[in-house]
Amino acid sequence: MSKILMKGNEAVAEAAIRAGCRLYFAYPITPQSELIEYMAKMMPKVNGTFLQAESEVSAINMVYGAAGCGKRVMTSSSSPGISLKQEGISYIAGAQLPAVIINVQRGGPGLGDIQPAQGDYFQAVKGGGHGDYRMIVLAPSSVQEFADMASEAFDLADKYRNPVTILADGMLGQMMEPVEFKETLSDEEIEALGEQHKSWCIHPNEDGDKKHHHEINSLEIDPAMLEKHVENLYAKYAEIEKNEVRYDTYNLSDDNEILCVAWGTASRVIKSAINELKAQGKSVGMIRPITCWPYPYEAVAAAIGPKVKQVYVFELNTGQMLDDVKIAVCGKAPVKFWGKVGGIVFTPAEIQQKLEECFK
Amino acid sequence: MEVIAKRPETLRNVPFTYCPGCMHGVAHRLIAEAIEDHGLINLMTGVAPVGCAVFAYKFFNFDMAEAAHGRAPAVATGMKRARPEMHVFTYQGDGDLAAIGTAEIVHAANRGEHLSVFFVNNAIYGMTGGQMAPTTLPDMKTTTSPYGRDVNDIGHPVRMCEMLATLVAPYYIERVSLLSPAEVLKAKKAVDKAIRYNKEERGFTFIEFVSTCPTNWGIDPDKSRQWAKENMLPFFKPGVFRDKGEGVE
Ligand SMILES: Cc1ncc(C[n+]2csc(CCOP(=O)(O)OP(=O)(O)O)c2C)c(N)n1
Repeated sequence: MSKILMKGNEAVAEAAIRAGCRLYFAYPITPQSELIEYMAKMMPKVNGTFLQAESEVSAINMVYGAAGCGKRVMTSSSSPGISLKQEGISYIAGAQLPAVIINVQRGGPGLGDIQPAQGDYFQAVKGGGHGDYRMIVLAPSSVQEFADMASEAFDLADKYRNPVTILADGMLGQMMEPVEFKETLSDEEIEALGEQHKSWCIHPNEDGDKKHHHEINSLEIDPAMLEKHVENLYAKYAEIEKNEVRYDTYNLSDDNEILCVAWGTASRVIKSAINELKAQGKSVGMIRPITCWPYPYEAVAAAIGPKVKQVYVFELNTGQMLDDVKIAVCGKAPVKFWGKVGGIVFTPAEIQQKLEECFK
Repeated sequence: MEVIAKRPETLRNVPFTYCPGCMHGVAHRLIAEAIEDHGLINLMTGVAPVGCAVFAYKFFNFDMAEAAHGRAPAVATGMKRARPEMHVFTYQGDGDLAAIGTAEIVHAANRGEHLSVFFVNNAIYGMTGGQMAPTTLPDMKTTTSPYGRDVNDIGHPVRMCEMLATLVAPYYIERVSLLSPAEVLKAKKAVDKAIRYNKEERGFTFIEFVSTCPTNWGIDPDKSRQWAKENMLPFFKPGVFRDKGEGVE
């Protein structure tokens, strides 16, 4: 299949439909509106459900209901709307339902602005909703990767019966890049996917089994039962940590004097700066977490080459992933941070200057 | 021995967890009987609220979901859209439906979602120990209106049937009471009709049960029913507010 030029918001919507998403519930917000509009246009063409909910709270609870029926279902929003979904995400995690949530981040806190930012890392990775739970968080850095993550997110959600967030930002949502769609599931394949959930989900009792009774629920009123439930969740999270850590590296070598750590849109800018410095004979490497949870702690530690004198974290926030980098580095090298906020994306020249200061 | 009354198959052999004199059990039974009578046991699914009926998901003998407080109509919307071949109901209290979940119920009704909503109005928050509800009557004392509900400060009780009847889409809206055996029989007819309409995919159906909460009102069950007849029914008047099947628009 040939490449087509598409906005990230539209590309991920198209990829989700191709990955078997036939139920989508959301509420409009900039800078993700092209996503909801694309779904409004395309879902009826595949006999899918598009529903503009009365709020993000309702949208995530519609997702809870549809996911409880074992169907591939998605919602999307941007930062303020994602805040409203947190209660629902906690319930989805507690009830162990497969669901995909897309956050096209914008500047915050509060109403903030509508420019790209990475201020929701803590919310996505460290909780957000109440209680002891984890959410798989995928962070794309290009339109192609954003689109590819749709099917990956659904596969992970199904495999672990867990919410999965794609943590993008206004830049990835709005910009156009060439994208190639890898797979398109047929109606039969989508139907077959549902079979994996039949042992627990809500479905018609075709056999008339008098004992048939599935419960979609996160309530365990007996403390001993809740303790066991949370322990089971954590056993599952340990599996995810073992199997699903993803990251990418750039210009990583034993010659690196600086190791950069950046995720999503921020990492693109770092790459340009690294190339400029390379031309000057200065060796800088980068590691980019693709899964923000589970976090690539070991890979970040292993990426610190013998000559590295500085680990440098760049984010479009005031230092949120920074905490995870510090955990990974664990004192083996000095860790520095620089970020931009307000929806302003740093330029390659700014990053280059920051890195050059380390070589002085 | 001749069996003259038994548990409907649509209820599991799980004891209700309600207080003595509470009528959630009566409402559950009416719903269960209607589902059985319409032969829907294998195609039915429901959503339990947060409130005293939070364990309703354990009692019904088919697949059930438990929603966050107030969100049952949204959860049910997701379920119905995902499984259009199934029939879906929600069961909600007055705090759940008329306070925290107001947006969800209004918009589910406005979309004409194919759901049956069963709404139990006991004028109080039962589960959390008797706080003021949106349906608490003027001057009624609760733990959070210890001097009586001051309507000039906190507003008047909300009449959900009347409010929803301003919308175009709802197919059937009726308020019944559970305050006497004769009223329960009338309620049974209303529940039966809601489930029939649900089976026939007519649209959004809504039944409000005027009920009691002896425990948190601090009055015995008999006197509670008497109190509700004298105080609730004049404000929450039973009646059909919409029945498109019978030409009541
Ligand atoms: C988000 C949230 N807020 C508050 C609560 C606490 N809470 C549980 S039940 C309830 C009130 C239920 O009252 P009602 O809906 O009238 O039902 P009843 O218990 O009277 O049957 C409240 C406030 C909660 N569980 N979740």
